[in-house]
Amino acid sequence: MSTLVIQDLHVSIDGKEILKGVNLTLNTGEIHAVMGPNGTGKSTLASAIMGHPKYEVTSGSVTLDGEDVLEMEVDERAKAGLFLAMQYPSEITGVTNADFLRSSINARREEGDEISLMKFIREMDSKMDFLEMDQDMAQRYLNEGFSGGEKKRNEILQLMMIKPTFAILDEIDSGLDIDALKVVSKGINEMRGEGFGSLIITHYQRLLNYITPDHVHVMMQGRVVKSGGPELAHKLEAQGYDWIKEELGIEDETVGQEA
Amino acid sequence: MTVETTLAVTEQVIRAYSEKMQEPGWMTDFRLTALAQAADLPMPEPDKTNIKSWDFLSFSAHTVESEGYSTLADLPQDIQSLIDTENQKTLYIQRNNTPAYVSVSQELQDKGVIVTDIHTAIRDHGDLVKQYLMTDVVKPDEHKLTAYHAALLNGGAFIYIPKNVEMDEVVQVIYVQDDESVSLFNHTLVVAESNSKLTYVENYLSTFETATGQANIVSEVLAKDNAKITYGAVDVLAKGYTAYVNRRGVAHRDAVIEWALGLMNDSDTIVENVTHLVGDNSEGHVKTVVVGRGDQKQNFTTKVIHWGKNSEGQILKHGVMKDSASSIFNGIGKIEHGASKSNAEQESRVLMLSEKARGDANPILLIDEDDVTAGHAASVGRVDPMQMYYLMSRGISKHEAERLIIHGFLAPVVRALPVEGVKKQLTEVIERKVR
Repeated sequence: MSTLVIQDLHVSIDGKEILKGVNLTLNTGEIHAVMGPNGTGKSTLASAIMGHPKYEVTSGSVTLDGEDVLEMEVDERAKAGLFLAMQYPSEITGVTNADFLRSSINARREEGDEISLMKFIREMDSKMDFLEMDQDMAQRYLNEGFSGGEKKRNEILQLMMIKPTFAILDEIDSGLDIDALKVVSKGINEMRGEGFGSLIITHYQRLLNYITPDHVHVMMQGRVVKSGGPELAHKLEAQGYDWIKEELGIEDETVGQEA
Repeated sequence: MTVETTLAVTEQVIRAYSEKMQEPGWMTDFRLTALAQAADLPMPEPDKTNIKSWDFLSFSAHTVESEGYSTLADLPQDIQSLIDTENQKTLYIQRNNTPAYVSVSQELQDKGVIVTDIHTAIRDHGDLVKQYLMTDVVKPDEHKLTAYHAALLNGGAFIYIPKNVEMDEVVQVIYVQDDESVSLFNHTLVVAESNSKLTYVENYLSTFETATGQANIVSEVLAKDNAKITYGAVDVLAKGYTAYVNRRGVAHRDAVIEWALGLMNDSDTIVENVTHLVGDNSEGHVKTVVVGRGDQKQNFTTKVIHWGKNSEGQILKHGVMKDSASSIFNGIGKIEHGASKSNAEQESRVLMLSEKARGDANPILLIDEDDVTAGHAASVGRVDPMQMYYLMSRGISKHEAERLIIHGFLAPVVRALPVEGVKKQLTEVIERKVR
């Protein structure tokens, strides 16, 4: 079993503190959902764990099986087993989706032990079928001209090809119609298992109709303010966030406000 | 430092060379007239690059003699790899100044297509060459370098496609330099008659480290009514040259000229690529990629001039600059009065890989007609940190991520090249230069 531990994480962007002490522990075999209204620090948490260049960790720690993640370069974090499905994936002209994926896979393998082209193509074809993606997307330039839904599917395709230990999914459901949402959920459920843990960031309960989380956390004001089981998500769906705000005496849940 | 502005080569030397090459009288006269004009003509003035201290004129010998290649198996490995030996039927290879290998498919011969070295063309196809050699597309008296080019012409190829001949195969030309002292006054003359279609690709490839000669290269490309020419080139001239490379096209009515140019010289280089869209509905598409390194200085002027109505011009230039290389990218879309409904588009992107590198993109639109459309986009910048972050978040190392982004950035031209071996070569040259 692997464990990702986030302790008292403080993160700033352009000198402004966004995360104010986040604590979370993820084990493989578990799916965690982080929910909360817009502007409460959810995406910042995802970006800080992966090492986004604009986010500065001012204190706290992130460890993966005891290893200090924050000391690692972005590519080292990925090779250690972390994956972030991004909310806004970059478009890269001239680099085909297939070449990019093959480089990603080979980055994890020793020189001389690269994945064979045939094996790679077979695997990519079958995963693309599973995600109901057009085969021609393999030869298109990375995310260039992809629709919102295509980009999200492409993130899940990468997840399924790379098979990380922990995947953070940053608003993978935003902008998806119901069919695309089902496909994306199917991909994540396919990954679910002993050797895989996930942190799903969303502000809609909708996604959780298709992926049942083991744990649900609510973020407000740059902290996790409430944690529970799947029933918490249902309660949020039925009643919204106001009852939590009342319970905790929060007037404005966004970052920069104090309870 | 004083720079030679006159040439050591005399009229006698040129006369003797012309005679040795068994040239007809008109060609000797053509050379001597140009030589006489050269002295009084000014140097070209590439915009934003001062070439006053550039030495285009001193060299030790006008020509060097080399042996030919009797079979393709005699070619050095890096030249062989450019050729699909199984399928490449029509091929001309020039070694230094010597026509070293030529083969033309039976099918093309039967159709009257001419692919030959320029000397043979001057002897055997004099009427055609006389009609087109620096008479219309490029003229000897434009400036000192075109005049010296005409006077000293010592190599090149002639490609002629008769009316209504649509070629399926690619014509490939390779200019090899393996003698450091070789000077190139190389002329490629391409004429496509009405309703013909040609795909052509050429390489300039120096196999030595440092040149002691000069490179003064001119290509003239003429597409007559409704002809279509695809012109691919990969230039890899060694450092040491002061290179002048002028590739110019003229497109008549409904004609299309497509350029895909990989400009990978290691020498200081002035590149001029001009397409005149003289006919109505003609099109010119230019794709250029450049990598500058070391302390190289280069100027790339790409121009599409619209004369015909409803003509379409597209310029795409991507450059990568590293070390302390500096380059000027002038992109000019010009629409003349009367060229209504024309469209001039251009895009210049420069990627800087080091603090000391310089790259200036100058998009210029000159429009003398109301009823037209035009657009330009230009940028100079560094590798996008968000793209790096995205690639690295998948485990790709910083170095590999940068490599992918650079190759991707230069891909539009690599993909447009018509021959697999040449595509692969350009990719490898890019790899070597950006490493």
